[in-house]
Amino acid sequence: MSDPQESGAWRRLRARPSAVAAAAVLAVLALLALGAPLLSALEGQDPTTYHDQLIDSARGGVPTGSLGGISADHWLGVEPGTGRDLFSRLLYGAQVSLLVALGATVVQVLIGVAVGLAAGFGNRLLDGVLSRFTDVLVALPMLVFAVALTAVVPEEFPRPLLLIVVIGLLNWGGVSRIVRAQTLSLKKLDHVAAARLGGSGPWRVARRELLPALAAPVITYAAILVPSNIVVEASLSFLGIGVKPPTSSWGQMLSTATTWFRADPAYVLLPAACLFVTVLAFTVLGDAVRGALDPRERSRLRVGTRTAGPRPARKQAAAAAPDTTKGAAR
Amino acid sequence: MTGYVLRRLGGALIVLFLLSALVYLLFYVAPGDPAKLACGPRCNAEQIRQVREQLHLGEPLLQQYLHFLQGLVAGRDYSTGTGVLHCHAPCLGLSYQNDQPVTTLLASRLPVTASLALGAMVLWLLLGVGTGLLSALRRGGTTERVLTVLTLAGTATPVFITGLLLLMLFCAGLQWLPFPTYVPLTEDPEQWAWNLLLPWTALALLESAKYARLTRSATLETLADDHIRTFRAYGLRERAVIGRHALRGALPPVIALNAIDLGTMFGGAMLTETLFGLPGIGRLTVQSVRTVDLPVVVGAVLGIGAAVVLAGAIADVLYALADRRVTLT
Repeated sequence: MSDPQESGAWRRLRARPSAVAAAAVLAVLALLALGAPLLSALEGQDPTTYHDQLIDSARGGVPTGSLGGISADHWLGVEPGTGRDLFSRLLYGAQVSLLVALGATVVQVLIGVAVGLAAGFGNRLLDGVLSRFTDVLVALPMLVFAVALTAVVPEEFPRPLLLIVVIGLLNWGGVSRIVRAQTLSLKKLDHVAAARLGGSGPWRVARRELLPALAAPVITYAAILVPSNIVVEASLSFLGIGVKPPTSSWGQMLSTATTWFRADPAYVLLPAACLFVTVLAFTVLGDAVRGALDPRERSRLRVGTRTAGPRPARKQAAAAAPDTTKGAAR
Repeated sequence: MTGYVLRRLGGALIVLFLLSALVYLLFYVAPGDPAKLACGPRCNAEQIRQVREQLHLGEPLLQQYLHFLQGLVAGRDYSTGTGVLHCHAPCLGLSYQNDQPVTTLLASRLPVTASLALGAMVLWLLLGVGTGLLSALRRGGTTERVLTVLTLAGTATPVFITGLLLLMLFCAGLQWLPFPTYVPLTEDPEQWAWNLLLPWTALALLESAKYARLTRSATLETLADDHIRTFRAYGLRERAVIGRHALRGALPPVIALNAIDLGTMFGGAMLTETLFGLPGIGRLTVQSVRTVDLPVVVGAVLGIGAAVVLAGAIADVLYALADRRVTLT
C-alpha cells in the first residue's frame, strides 16, 4: 500500500509499546490455537480422553497430585471429575474463542456496512426505517436475545456457526451507524458528487468513492467489537448454550469450575487467565488502532476530553451513552 | 416539556409494538412444533392434536398474533383438559412446563432481580463516580495511572470471572461470607444483604469501570468550560468549584446511563444470577431456553425489551431535566 496515510497509521501503531505488546500476545495466542493438534500431540495427550486414574474419587474427583495434577504427562494438570488433559482443552478452547469472535466480527462488519450505506444513500423513508431498526437493535440487551435465539434453532445446526451467526446478527448496529453518518457527510464532498453527476450508479460510487474513506472508521470499530464478541461467546458457553461437549471452550470450563472452586482452585484460574489476557490484549490493541487511524482522537480508555473547539451538541441520552459504553454482558 | 415526554413515550410504545410482532414471529415460526413442545415428550398424536386446537395453532399466523395481543391487553382463556384457565391481562401465555401464566412466573422472580439490581446500582455509582472524579482531579499523576489500569482490567473481566474469584476468596478461602442463597428482604433484611453482598460486588466491579470513564471525561469536559474558568477567576474556592459546579456538569450523562442500565438490569442479570444461583428473571430465562419453554422465553424477552425501551425514554427525559442546555424537540 503506497497510501501515505496508511503507512502513517502503521508507524503510529508500531510506536506504541502497549500496542506492540498486545499484538505479540495475540500472535502467540493465534499460533497456540492453530497449533492445538500439533502441540497436544507433542504433549502426548488429546482433549477428550478421560483419565480415571488421575482423579481422586475418594475426595470427590479432585485431581491427584499438587496444583491440579500438574505432571510431566499433563503440563497444566487435568480436569477435576473427568481427568481430561487441561493443556489441550485450553488450546482447543482458544480455537473456539478466536474463530467465533473473528467470524462474528466479519458478519457484523458486512451487515453494518451494507445497512449503513443503504441508509446513507437511500431516500428518507428507507433511511428512517433502517435507522429506527438500528436504534432498537442497539438498545436491546444482546445476550438475552442471543440466548433466546439459540432456543429455537434445531440441535443439528453446527454450534460454532450458530454462535457466529447469532452474535453477528445482533450487534452490527454500531457499525451501521458510523457508516451511515460517514456516508451522509461524504455524499456532499466534491469528488463523490462529481462521480454521481458523471453518471456512476450508487453501487459504483459506493465501491470506488466511499469504501476507501470508510475503511478507517470501520476498522476502528471492528477492533473494538472483537473483545466484546469474545466475552459474549464465553458468556453463552458459560450459560451452557455455547459449543456442544465434548468440544471445549473457556466459558464452558469456567461454568464447570463453579462446582470445583473450593476443591480445585487451579481449574478456575487457568481458563479465567486465558480469557482475561485475550480480552485485555484485544481491548488494548483496539484502542491503539483507534488512536493510530485517527490521531485527533485521544485514547478512549484514558481520555475522553475535547478541550479544544466548541462543545458538541448533545441532544439525547444516546449521545451521552455512546456505543463503546454499551451494556456489558452481565 | 409535557409534549416532549408524551411524544417520547409514544415513540417507545410504537417500538414496543414492533418488537412484539418481531419476537412473536421469530419464535413461533421457528422450526420445531409448538404443540409437541407444549405437550411434552410422552404425548401421543391425539394429545398433540388436542393441544394444537387449544393453542389455536391451526389458525393463520395473523390470527394467532391477534390472540396473543388480545391476551396482552385483555387477558384470555385457555381450555385445559378438565376446565378453563383464565390468564389475566397482561397475559403472555402459559408455561409449557407447568401451565402457569408467564406473567405470574416473571412476577415471582422480580423481587430477586430487583434486589440484585438496586443494591448493585448503589455500589457501582459510589465506586464508579468516585473513581472517575478522583482520576479527573488527579490528572497526570500516579493515582490516575493506577486507576486507568484498574478501570481497563474491570472492563476486560467478564462478570463470571470476577464472581468466581470473589467466591474463591471470600467463601472458600477466608470463609467470611456464605455461598449466596436468596433470602427475601421481608424475611430477614440482614441475611438478605449479607447473601447478596458478593453478587452486588461482582456486578458493581464490572459496571463501575464504565461509569468511571464517563464521569472522568464529563468532569474534565466541564472543568475546561468557560463558566468554570470564570468562577475560578472570581476567586471561588476550588472545593466549591468542583463540588458545586463541575460535579453538576458531570452528572447528567451519568444519570442518563444509569437509567438505561437499571432498565436493562430489571431484565435480569443472566450470568450473575446463574453463577450465584439466584432465582431471578435472568436465571428463569436461561432455564426456559434449556427446556425450550417458548412462552416463557418470549415473555421474558418482551418484558426485557419493554424495560429497556422505557428506560431509554426515561433516560432522555431525565437527561433533559438535569442538563438545562438541552433543548427539547
